[in-house]
Amino acid sequence: MSDGYPQAPSVGLPGRVSIQAPGNPHDEQSSAHPHHPKLQHHFDDMGQQAEASTLGMWVFLVTEIMFFGGLFLAYLVYRTQNPMAFQEASAHLSWKLGAFNTAVLIFSSLTMALAVRSAQTSESRGTQVFWLVTTMILGATFLGVKVIEYSEKFAHNNVPGPNFVWDGQYPAGAEIFYSLYFCMTGLHALHMVIGLGIMTVIAIMAWRRQFNTEYFTPVEITGLYWHFVDIVWIFLFPLLYLIGRHYGGH
Amino acid sequence: MSGHHVSHHVAPKSLYYLIFALLMIGTAVTVIVAYFDLGAFNNVVMLTIACTKALLVVLYFMHVRWGTRLTWVVAASGFVWLLIMFGFTLSDYLTRGWVGGTLR
Repeated sequence: MSDGYPQAPSVGLPGRVSIQAPGNPHDEQSSAHPHHPKLQHHFDDMGQQAEASTLGMWVFLVTEIMFFGGLFLAYLVYRTQNPMAFQEASAHLSWKLGAFNTAVLIFSSLTMALAVRSAQTSESRGTQVFWLVTTMILGATFLGVKVIEYSEKFAHNNVPGPNFVWDGQYPAGAEIFYSLYFCMTGLHALHMVIGLGIMTVIAIMAWRRQFNTEYFTPVEITGLYWHFVDIVWIFLFPLLYLIGRHYGGH
Repeated sequence: MSGHHVSHHVAPKSLYYLIFALLMIGTAVTVIVAYFDLGAFNNVVMLTIACTKALLVVLYFMHVRWGTRLTWVVAASGFVWLLIMFGFTLSDYLTRGWVGGTLR
């Protein structure tokens, strides 16, 4: 900080730009307030560090929006070209399993929000780990249901490829629908698996009493990721499972 | 957004329970409406509810409601770029039949 570079104003924090009186080096200020052990040297304080991390995660999530957005766009284009086939193919997915999984995922978002809150309010490590593990169990439940759904599609040869079998009116369009179904739900499930891995690490850190009111950014960031994955499913569920329900879904 | 250490708003648990309830109700309404054939209106209802649910998650579970303006701009930019991508692509695909002999 005292290397002679002009100090850049802190991003996103109007009013935080510190005006230093001449002859008052920054070091003196920081020696008056001892550093938090988790404060990295390139940040002014814990608040700025937390906001920088959150912003960085949001930038990553924007790239994720575009990543999934490409698949949603493909869905939109092919559905406008094969509207009846998409309805017929969608009716062969179990909306009950889809709705169950939607509820499971929304519930896991609630427990994740409570996990972040428990770290934010310095609750006991037992409480923090409880909410994290509950979220992981719900995530695993979602994936378990997905396994049931996938294996049912494999058993009926409804998986796109040379052995694709369709006894409906629109086999070609249905194959396109199921290509998109497996790509979109597969990419979503991959994100869930990664989320479970991240949460395992976070739960261990919570058990080691790493998080409290002053420092809970890793839990917050993990929460952002998990809620994003939930949002993707909020759109996937109606677009994949429900467009053929009035057409004779089961 | 002031304060040297804690710059995050602590939301009451009751607010999280309320958002959870709204998300569940939205899901139930989506499932029920899908049972009726409303033509193109099915999609309108389904996507309106989905967008509302997504907005609730972003604002409250993801804390953007209490975030900095920069977070607002970055989060919104993701959806703006998405709409640009959708809009420009569909302006091609959906208009191909409009002029004679240009279909496909």
